[in-house]
Amino acid sequence: MNKVISHADVINQLSDGMTIGIGGWGARRKPMSLVRAICNSDLKNLTVVSYGGPDIGLLCAHKKIKKLIFGFVSLDMIPLDAHFRQARQNGELELMELDEGMVQWGLRAAAMKVSFLPTRVGMGTDVLKHNPEIKFITSPYSDGEQYVAMPALHLDVALLHVNKSDHKGNTQIVGPDPFFDEMFARAATKTYASSEEVVETADLGGKEGAIYNRFERSLVSGVIHAPGGAHPTSCAPNYGFDMEHLQEYSAAAKSFENYSNKYLNLSHQEYVEVIGGQNFVNAIPLPQF
Amino acid sequence: MPYSILLSEICISAASKAWKDDGELLATGIGLIPRIAAGLAKLTCNPDLMMTDGETFLISKPLPMGKRDSSQDIVEGYMSYSRVFENLWGGQRHAMVTPTQIDAFGQTNISCIGDYDNPKVQLLGVRGFPGNFISHKNSIFIPNHSIKSFVQGEVDMVSGMGYNNYHSEAAKPHIASVITNLGVFDFNGPDHQLQLLSLHPGVSLEDVTVNTGFEISVKSEEETPLPSGEELALIREVLDPLSTRKIIFGE
Repeated sequence: MNKVISHADVINQLSDGMTIGIGGWGARRKPMSLVRAICNSDLKNLTVVSYGGPDIGLLCAHKKIKKLIFGFVSLDMIPLDAHFRQARQNGELELMELDEGMVQWGLRAAAMKVSFLPTRVGMGTDVLKHNPEIKFITSPYSDGEQYVAMPALHLDVALLHVNKSDHKGNTQIVGPDPFFDEMFARAATKTYASSEEVVETADLGGKEGAIYNRFERSLVSGVIHAPGGAHPTSCAPNYGFDMEHLQEYSAAAKSFENYSNKYLNLSHQEYVEVIGGQNFVNAIPLPQF
Repeated sequence: MPYSILLSEICISAASKAWKDDGELLATGIGLIPRIAAGLAKLTCNPDLMMTDGETFLISKPLPMGKRDSSQDIVEGYMSYSRVFENLWGGQRHAMVTPTQIDAFGQTNISCIGDYDNPKVQLLGVRGFPGNFISHKNSIFIPNHSIKSFVQGEVDMVSGMGYNNYHSEAAKPHIASVITNLGVFDFNGPDHQLQLLSLHPGVSLEDVTVNTGFEISVKSEEETPLPSGEELALIREVLDPLSTRKIIFGE
């Protein structure tokens, strides 16, 4: 079994109109090399589910997103993403705007293969007004409570970035917060994980390492060796987020051409060279909040 | 005292009292003033509060603003985002947040301003507001009390629920304190009307009413208590030695 594939192999597995979930959170551990590969491709009309950061902004700048299913888009230290804002303020995006917990609940429902999960979250808010497809359900028990029936969010594909993996698709997220990557993997028909390191199974760190294995390899269809693949987002403990780059990226909302000429339409290796090399990425300090 | 008491310090002291009776709840202050205020609460009126390092771990001492030697943190527990969701759905948190808009019903907005399909200003998205406001206690800090923040009618995109639109006793909001640059309020007036509890020094009742887009009730026009000497020392020397708080009101 060898699941190690290239960025191009992943793109060949994707098609127009697909629903794609992107792991990570805000400006943290985003599979940016895969996102850039989508931006460099002819793919279009995607439905994207994300705890949004520059993945969403970059896809917006390339007009790849038809519909966004999300709770927020933020770059952490820079609270708002300029490209996402521009797309919204131009009325370009179809939205399913949800509470961030409802996103998890939708992915979890898909993961459990149930059609919905009950929650009170969303009640009394315009989330329900703007998503009329979300229905209420009454408890069949004596309490008679009303709940929001959060529908399953099925993904065709989940794209994740992890710290370590082997050729079988055993992955490890070593950073302190695995976010909701596991739910994305479980909600998806296929999951592709870019990885800082691809090692022999015997070198995954034994039992101690396996604690960081957040979901089974049977869920992983492909592993892409992409050191620095989360840049400019962080990938703890390997590297922090590149504030200077995120500022340059944000400023590019005014005129995208320079940024695009510099950083897009490159192979991942070429991209890493352009931003200053792997040693530069690995030296970006972890943020302190 | 090296300089006179600042408005930001009055707000921090007043805001810290929001967590006074919360026992061991997770105190989350989002934004500069709420974060310093949560830290002050833990160092003064409620040392039992749980607090994070701003990221993934529960730590024993409140986080100061600016750089710190995190190797000195005493780590108590784990609080990943997934754990935060579990904690908040169980009502085990009291957050203080800064919505862009708030209305007479206590509904809050951080999603967008203007028409939803083509907004004038896109903000963050509803983020965790729908879950927070229905699940646990929330307090609110508004640095720019005006008719743009305290809006007439309803907020543009209801992100956090208010008292006008709830379904049952188990599905209603719990807004605790509202602290602004003008005074201290809560939503415990008649029929959950916003009510004034105190005015900051130099602020008149009229300053409040002309800057609020809806009717409020007045429980008290007393002056907001000034921070004590102990509170000032903790704010200035321990929690915010770099004086980042001065940014909020350009002090």
